[in-house]
Amino acid sequence: MLLHEWLETHARERPSSVALVCDCDRYTYRDIDERAEHLAATLQAHGLRRGDRIAIYMDNCAEAVISIFAALKAGAVFMPVNPQTKADKLTYLLNDSGARALLSHGSLQEIVAAAARNATNLVALIMAQPTSPTVAGHTVVTFAAATSAEASSFQVPPTIDQDLASIIYTSGSTGEPKGVMLSHLNMTSAATSISTYLGLRHDDIIFNVLPLAFDYGLYQLLMASRVGATLVLHRSLAFPIKILEAMARERITVLPFVPTAFSMVLNMSSLKSFDLSALRIVTNTAAALSEAHIRAIRAAFPQARLFSMYGLTECKRVTYLPPEQLDIRPMSVGRGMPNEEVWLVDENGQRLPNGSVGELVVRGSNVMRGYWNKPEETAARLKPGEIPGERVLYSGDIFRTDAEGYLYFVARKDDIIKSRGEKVSPREVENVLYQIEGVLEAAVIGVPDPVLGQAVKAFLVLKPGHATTEREVIRYCLAHLENFMAPKHVEFVPQLPRTDTGKISKRGLS
Amino acid sequence: MQDIKGTVRQYILQNFLMGDMGVQLKDDQSFLDHHIIDSTGFIELVTFLESTWNIRIQDEEMIPENLDSLDSIERFVRSKT
Repeated sequence: MLLHEWLETHARERPSSVALVCDCDRYTYRDIDERAEHLAATLQAHGLRRGDRIAIYMDNCAEAVISIFAALKAGAVFMPVNPQTKADKLTYLLNDSGARALLSHGSLQEIVAAAARNATNLVALIMAQPTSPTVAGHTVVTFAAATSAEASSFQVPPTIDQDLASIIYTSGSTGEPKGVMLSHLNMTSAATSISTYLGLRHDDIIFNVLPLAFDYGLYQLLMASRVGATLVLHRSLAFPIKILEAMARERITVLPFVPTAFSMVLNMSSLKSFDLSALRIVTNTAAALSEAHIRAIRAAFPQARLFSMYGLTECKRVTYLPPEQLDIRPMSVGRGMPNEEVWLVDENGQRLPNGSVGELVVRGSNVMRGYWNKPEETAARLKPGEIPGERVLYSGDIFRTDAEGYLYFVARKDDIIKSRGEKVSPREVENVLYQIEGVLEAAVIGVPDPVLGQAVKAFLVLKPGHATTEREVIRYCLAHLENFMAPKHVEFVPQLPRTDTGKISKRGLS
Repeated sequence: MQDIKGTVRQYILQNFLMGDMGVQLKDDQSFLDHHIIDSTGFIELVTFLESTWNIRIQDEEMIPENLDSLDSIERFVRSKT
């Protein structure tokens, strides 16, 4: 089974079913499938071959959905890039992955141009509503032309389920983003297991405001395509009233969210005036819900089943808590999902019995193939399993289990911050802070925040004779990092604490 | 009445934008489309508008038609003051 074959099956068997609603435009399964095939043909005509990487740098929109399926049909590897990404990092992602095609839209063209100038492998640049006909020496192919029926003829490539379907970049503690390599088998396995325990159906209408570049946002699309449901794609959390309007108008039945999104929507005074009675499933991931959050969600959507879940990009999903367990153990993230085994190990890799604290290990077809071009980082996470030749995933997260094996998050082994449900590498932020003139030393930590989960906080020591302000520092970071990585707080200090060996110590900073 | 657009432009330049991007900020440009302001940024923007013009912005008024460009903010703030 290949990841795009669900779409193709529905396009054949139920062609006029609505697959996607975006800005009130409706696309049937046949619409998406046909356009994706035309785009795949265009990609092939530009020399894209099986295994080539294709960067999709777009907001949540129909073009992004078509691009993902087109890349898969062409046998290529799609690489979703968060549209908040700035030029320097986009260049890094394009060069690290060796991406040969970049698909984006006109509102991002300036950043695309800056990045494409230094991207050495690009042979095709396809833009929706481009603002100029050439970008950084490349002739821009418009999305409309690339998906038209006049596009070249399509050749089905000999893809198998061991081939890579996607590379999703994630923050690493070294500060250098790592590309998580996922095969067709990895992704169909995860999508099948999750949609099975959630009980998704073809008559579901799934709302997705999470970015398609964020793995749980992406999986809403993949799971909708598996069961033949309708995906309602929304671009931003910025205007919560628009989210509620869309949910009521489209009679949404499934709502996947992260804690920050729940905070923004549940705080709306007009929440009760919207008819959300069709909602039957609510899911949370990326960060744990507080008990107060759980109470508020259940009060707002009393008829819906609430699933608390935990996962990481390296295997997509690890656990879920069946809704009937929520009153018994509200703070648990549950147990392993179908067709997956999870357990805790001690520091020597020995399995621990229920009631222990240890690192969570994951075994299943959903576990990644490794990090792109990073054998050392891969070896640190994928270690030999019990069957010769098999590799299992060491999550890097510490959990405890209760007597029945339900898992409770304890801590991360590294210093990655989770803000708005997104991973933030302190090192990546510090690297940018050190570029600011006058910064002598920088230390970044996460501090508790009622809406963000954790907020990014920077401590700075300035060189003598230099001055800057909190806002100037934040502004500089916003220009160079994804917005969620920019510090919310900046504190100027005369010096930073040190370890005995003279390294900056973050212990004691708050 | 003060120059609403100029004041908001200054606020955005000081808080969200650097260098060339700031110079090119057009009056009708969508903050959201161009990733100038994100979801938490809009909350900060609303707080700024409320305190600068001493107005109260209701949840229902937090819509792109009122907040997503310099032009729309000027229209909206004028209607509130």
